[in-house]
Formats: sequence, C-alpha cells, structure tokens
Amino acid sequence: MTGAGLYRLGRMDQIPVGEGRAFAVGDEQVAVFRPRGGGLHALQAICPHRGGPLADGLIDAGQVVCPLHNHAFRLADGHCTTGEWSVRAFPVAEDNGEVVVRF
Amino acid sequence: MRKLVVVGNGMAGARTVEEILARGGGEMFRITMFGDEPHGNYNRILLSELLARGADPDEQEDLFLNPWEWYRENGITLHAGVRVVRIDPFAHRVYADDGSITRYDQLVLATGSRPFFPPMEGIWADDKTLTPGVFGFRTLRDTTAMMRYAGGKQRAAVIGGGLLGLEAGRGLQAHGLDVHVVHSAEGLMNQQLDAQAGRVLRHSLEQLGFTVHTGTRTTAIRRTTGGAVTGVVTADAGTLDVDMVVIATGIRPNIGLAMVSGLETQRGIVVDDQLRSVDDDDIYAVGECAQHRGKVYGLVAPLWEQAAVLADHITGADPLAAYHGSQLATKLKVAGVDVAAMGLKEPERPDDEFVQFSEPRRGVYQTVIIRDGILVGATLLGDVSKVAALTQAFDRRVPLPEERVKLLFDIGVPPPEVGAEELDDQAQVCNCNGVSKGQLVACVTGGQRSVGGVMAATRAGKGCGSCKGLVSDIVTAALGADLQADPAEGYYVPCIPMDKPQLMAEIRRCGLRSPSAVFTALAQEGAEHAGSKMALASLLKMMWGEQYIDERDARFINDRVHANIQRDGTFSVVPQMAGGVTSAAQLRRIADVAERYNVPLIKLTGGQRIDLLGVRKEDLPGVWADLDMPSGHAYGKSFRTVKTCVGTDFCRFGLGDSTRLGIDIEQRYHGLESPAKMKLAVSGCPRNCAESYVKDVGVVAVEGGRWEIYVGGAAGATVRKGDLLTTVDSRDEVLTLAGRFMQYYRENARWLERSYDFVPRIGVAELQAIVVQDRDGIAGRLDEAMQHSLDAYRDPWQEHLQPATEGQFRDALPLIALPKVPVR
Ligand code: SRM
Ligand SMILES: Cc1cc2nc3c(=O)[nH]c(=O)nc-3n(C[C@H](O)[C@H](O)[C@H](O)COP(=O)(O)OP(=O)(O)OC[C@H]3O[C@@H](n4cnc5c(N)ncnc54)[C@H](O)[C@@H]3O)c2cc1C
Ligand code: SF4
Ligand code: FES
Repeated sequence: MTGAGLYRLGRMDQIPVGEGRAFAVGDEQVAVFRPRGGGLHALQAICPHRGGPLADGLIDAGQVVCPLHNHAFRLADGHCTTGEWSVRAFPVAEDNGEVVVRF
Repeated sequence: MRKLVVVGNGMAGARTVEEILARGGGEMFRITMFGDEPHGNYNRILLSELLARGADPDEQEDLFLNPWEWYRENGITLHAGVRVVRIDPFAHRVYADDGSITRYDQLVLATGSRPFFPPMEGIWADDKTLTPGVFGFRTLRDTTAMMRYAGGKQRAAVIGGGLLGLEAGRGLQAHGLDVHVVHSAEGLMNQQLDAQAGRVLRHSLEQLGFTVHTGTRTTAIRRTTGGAVTGVVTADAGTLDVDMVVIATGIRPNIGLAMVSGLETQRGIVVDDQLRSVDDDDIYAVGECAQHRGKVYGLVAPLWEQAAVLADHITGADPLAAYHGSQLATKLKVAGVDVAAMGLKEPERPDDEFVQFSEPRRGVYQTVIIRDGILVGATLLGDVSKVAALTQAFDRRVPLPEERVKLLFDIGVPPPEVGAEELDDQAQVCNCNGVSKGQLVACVTGGQRSVGGVMAATRAGKGCGSCKGLVSDIVTAALGADLQADPAEGYYVPCIPMDKPQLMAEIRRCGLRSPSAVFTALAQEGAEHAGSKMALASLLKMMWGEQYIDERDARFINDRVHANIQRDGTFSVVPQMAGGVTSAAQLRRIADVAERYNVPLIKLTGGQRIDLLGVRKEDLPGVWADLDMPSGHAYGKSFRTVKTCVGTDFCRFGLGDSTRLGIDIEQRYHGLESPAKMKLAVSGCPRNCAESYVKDVGVVAVEGGRWEIYVGGAAGATVRKGDLLTTVDSRDEVLTLAGRFMQYYRENARWLERSYDFVPRIGVAELQAIVVQDRDGIAGRLDEAMQHSLDAYRDPWQEHLQPATEGQFRDALPLIALPKVPVR
C-alpha cells in the first residue's frame, strides 16, 4: 500500500488543458484533471460504477463525466451527482511546473 | 445558530428537513443527519418497481429523492452509513458507532421500521445473518441482494400476503420465478381489505400466475447442509420446494435507540401533538417510529402531515401547529392491481350503512361505509375511478348524496376529468409523495408551464405512479390555454436556452468557431458544461469545416483516440471496408496486426466489416500504422458504413451495380460528423439483401436502370421501414440527393436524433419538397455546404504520425485487472 505523504507525478504539461490523465502511484491510481478555467484536481482513477476510466471523461469547471455510462463526479470532492457512490479526492497542486499530490 | 441533529435519513427524516428548510430553517439551524444506510435518501416505495424492473439502482429514474448534491447545497452534514447507538438527553449529545459524539440543541428521531421475522426454524444462519436465500424487503440492499440471488432460480415463496409480500412476489415473477404466496390469515392484505375483497384480489393474482395459500402458517425453512434454502414447511399445505424465500410478515418500529436512552416507548416512540417525545421537549420523533395517540402508521401519507407539523413547530413558523392523527386514505398499486382503502374496512355498528358492489370476474370490488350520513370507510379494488371523489368526501366529511350508490357509479357523480377541477385544494393527489391539488396548482401559478415540470418540482406522480393521470388532469386544467411542452426539450444543448436554428444563427452572427468561445458567449454565466461539449463540437465542425477551431477536450474519448471505448477501458478498431468489399492483401494485414498486438477478439460486424476488439490505447497508433487502412468511423456520431450486396456483377437478379455505388457513396461521405449515426445501404434489387429499407439512407436498384432512395429507416432499438424519398435515373443523382438529404439532416436534426425520428418529425412530403423539388431554393446551398465539409475531411488515423496532444494514447487505467473482454 502506498504510504501517506507527498508524491511528485512529473511535469504539469503532461496534462493537456481541459483534459485528465491517469497516474499510478504505488498501487494507488489517480486521475488528475486540469479544467480550462484553471485549477487542478485529483480523483481516484477508477469509476466506482463499473470501473470506467475517469481520466478519459469529459470535464468542465465542476465535474468529470465517466465515459462508460455518464455518471458525473464533482472534481472538488469526488461526490457523485448522478448516483449514490462517490470517489476519493486527493489534495493536489502545481509546484514549479510539477504536479504534486498528497495521499 | 441552533444545532439540529436528525437520526434517520429515510423518507420521514429527509422530508422533515425539507419542510424545515422551506420555513427558513436554513438560517436557524446547523443541520446534521445520521443515516444507517450508505446512500442519500431514496424513495423506498420505488423498491417494488426497482425489483420488478430488475433495473440498476443508479439507472432507476427518481429512486434517489435527495442526491448528495442536495445535502451539500443546503449545508447539511450527512453521515451516511453511520448508526447512532445512544442518546444522552441531559448532555444533549448523540453517540454513533463510528465513535463520534455530536451535540444537539434539538433532535429528531426518524428511525423508521425494520422487517419482523417470526420465530421460525431455519431462518437464521447465525444470530445476525439470514440463511442464504432468505430475504426481508425493506432496504435498497435487500432489493439488490434479491435481484442478484433470483438469477437462474425457479421458484420462490413469499411468506406474508400483505402489501410488501405481494409486491415482492410480483417483482420476483418479473425475474421469471414462479411465485407462491403463503399467508396465515384467511384474506390477503387483511390489514386494508375485508374478507370478500381479499377473495377478489386473490382471484386477480391467480390470473397473474401467483399460487396463493391462505390460512396457512409457515412452520420452518428447509435448507441444504451447505445452508441454502430448499423449501418451506407449512402447517396446512405440506412442504413447498423453493429456492428462495421472502419474509414479509409485518414491520416493527425501530425504537431500540429511544428505549436505551430512556424515552417513553410502547409500540413506537410516544409523542405529543407537536411530535415531541412526552419525556423531552427537545426530542422529536416522526415517521414509522413515532406513536401518536396510540397509533403507529405504516404508510407514507401520514409522514408528510407529521413532517409539516414538526417543521411548523420547531421553526416557530406556526407555534400552535398540532397533529391530530391521520385518516388513512391510501391508493396503491399492489402487484399491478389498483387498491384504494380509507377508514373502516367493515361496518362496526348495527346502524352503519354498507354499500357493496362485487364483480369478481373483472376483479372489481367496491364498498362504502356510512355513519350518520358521513363517509367513514371505503374500499376500492380493481376499479378506483371514484377514488378522488370518495377521498374528498372522506377527508372533508361532507354530507353524501341521498342515493348512496351514486358514490360508486357515475349516476350524477362527475367523471374523473371533471373531478380534477371539482377536487378540493386540500385533497391529496399523490399519496406517495404527499402532494395536494393545492400544491400542484400553486406550482403552476408559480410559473411551471408543463406537466413534466410540475411533476419534477413537486415529485407528484414520482412514487407508484398511479396518480399520474389525475396529476396531468389537474395541471392541464390549471394551465388552461398556456400549457406548454417543457421548453428545455427544444434546446440543442442543455446549458444554452436556444433551439438548433437559433443557436446556429447566433454562432454565425458572433463568428464563434470553438466550443469554449460558444460557452463564454452564450451559456449561462459563460460556464462550460461537460454534457454539452460533444454536441457543440459536432455542430461547429459541421458549420465551419476547415475554419473550425478544434479543442480536443471538447471531444468524447472515442473521438479523441478515434476508436470505440469498451467496458474494460480498451478500444475497438474497425477499419474502413467500403461497401463491405475487401482484398486478400487487406485480410493478410489485418491478420498480422491481430497477431502482433494479440487482439483478443476479431469479429465480423453487422456493418459488413471487421472489428478488432480489446486493443490497448497505447497500441492504437501502431495498429493504425500497420493496418495502413482508413478509419471506419465505427466510434463516432458520424457517417458509418454503406452495406451493399453483390449486385449486377454476380447476382442473377441484379438490376444495378449496387456494390460499386455503395463503395462510391462510402468513399465520398466517410466520417462525416452528424447529429447521430448515419448508416446506409445499397441493394441491387428489391429483394433488398443489403437491408436498404431499414437504413438512414437506403438505395434500391429497380427495373429500367433506376434507383429508389429511402430515408428514415431503422432496425436497431427502433424498427422502421424508410420512406421513399424519390426514384432517380442515374447513380450520380443518387450521390447528390443522398448528400443533400444528409446535409439537411445535419443542419436540422436535434443532437442524437436519428433519421428514424427526424424524417417522421419533418414529414417525407416536406423533405421531398425541399430536397428533391427544391421548393425553397436552398438545394444549391446545401450541396455547397456538404462539399465544404467533404473538403475539410482528414483521415483521423493519420494522427499516428504525430499525436494531437501529449499522452493522447496513454492508458487511463493503469495496471490493475478489470473485467476483461473474454478472449476467444
Ligand atoms: C460492432 C457492432 C456489433 C457487431 O459485432 O456486429 C456494433 C457495436 C456497437 N453498437 Fe451497434 N454495432 C454494430 C452494428 C449495429 C447495427 C447493424 C448495422 O449497422 O447494420 C445496428 C442497427 C442499425 C442502427 O444503427 O440502428 C446497431 C445499433 C446500435 C444502437 C441502436 C441505435 C438506435 O438508435 O437504434 C446503438 C446504441 C446507440 O447508438 O446509442 C449501438 C451501439 C453500439 C456500440 C457502439 C455501443 C457503444 O457505444 O459502445 C457497440 C460498440 C461495441 C464495441 O465495443 O466496439 N448500436 N449496431 C456492429 C458494428 C457495425 C459497424 O461495422 O460499424
Ligand atoms: C418495498 C416497500 C414498498 C412500499 N410501498 C409503499 C406504498 O406504495 N405506499 C406507501 O404509502 N408506503 C409504502 N411503503 C412504506 C413506506 O416506505 C414507509 O412508510 C416509509 O419509508 C417510512 O419512512 P420512515 O422515514 O419512517 O422510515 P424509513 O424510510 O425506513 O427511514 C428510516 C431510516 O432511518 C435509518 N435508521 C434507523 N435507525 C437508525 C440509527 N440508529 N441511526 C441512523 N440511522 C438509522 C434506517 O436505516 C432508515 O434509512 C413501502 C415500503 C417498502 C419497504
Ligand atoms: S447489441 Fe448491444 S451489446 Fe451488442 S454490440 Fe450492440 S450495443 Fe453492444
Ligand atoms: S463505469 Fe463509470 S459510469 Fe459506468
């Protein structure tokens, strides 16, 4: 299991503006999103519904929509706005050009 | 701010909070809710339907009454899946099983009930868990567990022939089980119905295929040594072999918490007319756990009244508010049979008047009971057309027509639709969600202009649905002239209040060439909206062609990587095989690619080409490079395929070269983005081997070198024969007219509106006038616009040469095993 702490996921520009990319940290998997309006969000990478890849979802300032069955999750805290489960959200920030996430 | 803690996040708890918020409670209280169940509040009533439909809970419409959203928006702290174990009334604290301690100024107990399991051998596996195959029917968890277990099972026994038992029975029947109902009393639903009614109901249920054993006690549950259910042993009907058992022999209020905390409890938590515990003014109880004036209720209607009084009192909106108990008037659908019952079910006093009508063959049974000229009870079974009028007479205790029979028959009694208008404002219309006629009308005067809108706003009709008819009658009547269809239905995308023509005009006027530009200029607060991006990208590409400013993030994943995403996050690759024609060289290349990238499944599609399924995202560019074939666009809302038959070259019936024409059409229009998929076919004669009659555009060669063009055909979720647009003399005319029709469709169809909806909506005559006769003189423009789009076409698979974005083809599901497409 990944220990708690800070993890550097590498260059910020691996994540195109308006999209998401998935990263594996130990056996944790996070999807990091970069909305057009600015900001950075990290959620558990796998959709709790049927295991869809959230990093492949369409996003806006507030939510990501899973590509498999369109369940929507709030980028801020991972709450599902269309169903009853939610995903974990991790604190994430940019630190001189690099993405840093805390578990 | 005062601290309000609510224990129980079910129908009464959440409704009470809604009522409190509605009275400005949001400013007065910091609200915390504890719910034993791990979800937001859902509509327990709909569990019956969920079970019957075998639906996925999150796909069952309206199941969740209060999504997570609602709690957040109203600043409510919800502890879902957390159980409160003790209250300290003196210290004003609640202790929960997660170790948390929460202080309250006021406390609301809404702990509801749980199923009652009679002492019976074989029910329990151990002291908490039921024997595998034995179920209660109360929670979402119970329901999903039942659905899972029912798969492949043959027979089920339902113990208890009341509302819940019969609903469970119907649900399991829908899963193909043959259902036995074992009921200890003589009459089914004897809570609500008299013996005669019970017999009529029984007859109706037997018509529906139930096997009913009444007056039969169940003594034990038989199970294998492994522990799974094999049957039920009854006192009077011997042993029934079944593979699952549902126990619905009544409910018991959850009063343990109140009891250990020293509050007065009898059958329920004893409350006064303000719904406060008789021992503690700061503790309220509401819903099925509350006992008021000796009564504990088991249906939702009373909860709504209780919640309103509680809210009036706790917020001070009406300090004198008092609850005087509910007159039970229930209207239910039980296993598909309409049942309405109010007040007494049988005459009690010698001078009670009793009117009875029975027609068992039709499953109809009706009674009314009248005391001193006032309606004190009524039962309606099978035919509930009179329920509105009767409920009103019952609630308002109005004097009745001298000729009692008028209560049941249309002699002089207003028919239901008039009934809608005649109904009293107080009269409760939706019993499931406790909505009165007054509230529906208020909602209309409040600005709602559509039946759908009112239903959404009030939740009327969102329970068992049996009141939908009456609701729309009332709304329609209230709206009179200005009834409207929901305007939002006409919007091209939800976040911009314009239909497609308006939107296109605005986009042109402001010269908006990218999705983000459109959001900024036209969406509410200029906010982008994930759910609208794909539709806008498609529209803009169609409008601007070359000049479209492509924003990759506005594309659905399929269009970002030009392949169709699959359940396990891999993709399917379908190369173009125009007209379904291929060559040895192509097949060889496909075979090599399949081996090189060990593709799990190679399949011939229904679209006459070859699908490589289960390709990893990282491998896509390699696969395309090695295939060296154009994209088949099997992933987009776009022009898909042209199926053909062998036509004149080989077929002895061929009247035209369908294969060649099909290839030419596909190579001309391939990949064209459109509101929904466009699938075409060309057949060499009316035998129609390429299924042209059921395509978005279907072409058929007929005698004399002519071609018929059909539009709006379908053979998918909808099956529809296309309408004949016209018959032409040459293949070039086919190419032009097919293109002109598709362009008109692209410009005028709603997002995701397939041609099988579009063509009937516009009407084929109108389409002929526009596309064939050029009545409006736009044919030339349509052809140009189409040509413009075609010129802008680039084969997306060329992106293997240089990815459009960083990590475009990077796996989004690192490293773990997910449900994989089986390898054949
Ligand atoms: C591969 C194929 C099944 C097969 O093995 O043959 C297929 C596979 C899918 N079809 Fe289909 N359809 C396939 C031919 C058809 C046909 C028959 C045909 O095209 O001649 C139809 C009926 C005609 C029609 O389109 O109406 C068809 C009607 C649908 C529908 C229902 C559309 C409708 O409105 O009625 C859907 C759902 C949708 O589009 O929303 C659908 C959706 C899908 C999707 C894309 C579901 C999805 O979104 O992932 C499937 C992708 C599976 C995958 O992982 O790749 N597929 N699908 C066929 C590919 C044809 C091709 O070569 O492009
Ligand atoms: C399948 C089914 C069909 C029905 N159909 C109808 C119908 O058609 N018409 C009708 O009028 N009624 C119907 N009912 C009855 C109706 O659902 C109930 O009357 C209603 O749900 C009662 O609401 P409540 O809030 O009192 O109890 P509930 O809805 O059960 O809510 C109580 C909640 O409190 C939680 N809880 C209990 N103890 C604690 C604790 N210590 N800590 C934290 N949380 C706790 C429970 O987990 C539960 O979530 C039906 C019921 C079922 C099960
Ligand atoms: S029929 Fe259904 S399951 Fe089969 S491919 Fe089409 S969409 Fe998928
Ligand atoms: S897997 Fe994400 S919505 Fe179904």
